[in-house]
Amino acid sequence: MTTSERTIRGKVAIAGIGETTYYKRGQATESEFELVLQAVQRAAEDAGIDVREIDGFASYSNDRNTPERIATAFGIPEYRFSNMFWGGGGGGGSGAVANAAAAIAAGYAETVVVYRGLAQGQFGRFGQGPRVNTVAGDGAFTVPYGVMSPAQTFAMRVRRFMHDHGAKQEALRAIALASYRHAQSNPRAVMYGRALDEEAYDHSRWIVEPFHLFDCCMENDGGAALVLVAAERARDLKQKAAYILAAAQGSAHRQGAAAHNAPDYATSNFKTLAPRLYAMAGVGPDDVDVLQSYENFTGGVMMSIVEHGFCAPGEVNDFFTLENFSSPKGRLPLNTSGGNLAECYMHGLELITEAVRQVRGSSTCQVPDVEISMVTSGPMVQPVSNLILATERG
Amino acid sequence: MAASQRPERKYYLPVGLPAPAPHIDGLGKEFWEATRRHELLVQFCGACENYQWGPEFLCHHCHDWDSLSYRRVEPRGRIYSWERNWYPAHPALQTGVPYLVVLVELPGAGNVRMVGNLLGDPEQEVVIGTDVEAVFEDHDDHDPQFTLVQWRVV
Ligand SMILES: [Zn+2]
Repeated sequence: MTTSERTIRGKVAIAGIGETTYYKRGQATESEFELVLQAVQRAAEDAGIDVREIDGFASYSNDRNTPERIATAFGIPEYRFSNMFWGGGGGGGSGAVANAAAAIAAGYAETVVVYRGLAQGQFGRFGQGPRVNTVAGDGAFTVPYGVMSPAQTFAMRVRRFMHDHGAKQEALRAIALASYRHAQSNPRAVMYGRALDEEAYDHSRWIVEPFHLFDCCMENDGGAALVLVAAERARDLKQKAAYILAAAQGSAHRQGAAAHNAPDYATSNFKTLAPRLYAMAGVGPDDVDVLQSYENFTGGVMMSIVEHGFCAPGEVNDFFTLENFSSPKGRLPLNTSGGNLAECYMHGLELITEAVRQVRGSSTCQVPDVEISMVTSGPMVQPVSNLILATERG
Repeated sequence: MAASQRPERKYYLPVGLPAPAPHIDGLGKEFWEATRRHELLVQFCGACENYQWGPEFLCHHCHDWDSLSYRRVEPRGRIYSWERNWYPAHPALQTGVPYLVVLVELPGAGNVRMVGNLLGDPEQEVVIGTDVEAVFEDHDDHDPQFTLVQWRVV
């Protein structure tokens, strides 16, 4: 069998999505585990299946809420697949969906849930450095110099990209403005009712140059889940199916080299994935109707968009405008729920629920006649992943 | 905050940040020991004559284990990228912002890179490509003692 025959293309669909209330960090009244249970239950309800039909679990970023605990809580009679995508940040969002899809295609399981729960108020925060006397290994080369948070870890990759290609701060600003604009139509969004304009962005405080406050993802509490089934079965379920046309994951040559020694430094780490994703899907960037691109920081979105072929590196200043990124009429409607910047930092799983909504036609910022709905997960981390959903099996 | 208003400090950053240590499997030990002697080491493979950083157990080019050793290199480089930090991500940094971090490439060692602070005014203009030299910052009053590799514009 050739690699091209071994494909996930059109074999699996996302049939259900579930989300909790999205909270500011520390404001959830439920525990993190309850948030996960709520999200999983709602995703099953949305798909129109009994939650006890779930027989597989996939997550990422070392989610604390184990399949065993979830299955026990719901009284699931047996589960047949459990899987954790390695790596931190949101790099595994699309990857967890891909792994769940692979399990269904391979016959390991019939109904797999992808989930993520986060209550940063109840556990450690991502935006804070370690409180220890010594730091060993790779961290020894950065933490003692004050490079410990994700923003600090990624800022120099983005600065170098801006230097190499003459990208301006306004390009980053356009990404933040689009997220906030879309969030104003989305009652789920934590930043619903809190509009952002150019002046407010420009005057916002620096976190670490080149990132203003509004270039950085929020820290939130919440839960989200997706239910996947085989494509033939999805056709008969309650919702319009979002078919998985392609998925890819991975990391390029020595991206994780210590002390910022990745040979290709100014990258989102999608250069090797994008061609594989498009080849499996049989589409190109011009075919993509709407994009959800993981924003740990706007600079990562900038490099992701370039590396997925939506514009050349030298065209960033022209292409990255609020108009181009706005639903419904922009050239590339981007992060149409508000995403990690303005809806909820659900570690990017909320970007995939939104990509599903765009296929269904039920987004609060719906792009007309969507056929191809794309997600990129976790720029600048190792590994990263991406996903193409479609209205047709292909 | 202008440089003249910065609190007097013994080190570039306030005390209280974690000290560097080798990996629990020993990787990086030679590098940190050498900084105590004010020497800058990176790995060099005698078999394929390539520099390598960060430290690994074998040469990633030719997979030779035995020809890989630490080589003393010129403590000079040029700024490859930089960031100016305004948010204290650690309690020790509450009085430490803003501060500058530079990523320095070492042309004398195969352009491997090192992360450090850029000494001087934290609000100075930073230009990618600027030549810098290492400054060894001894923390003798910490237990364990350690030395950081900082950088200043030549
Ligand atoms: Zn070698």
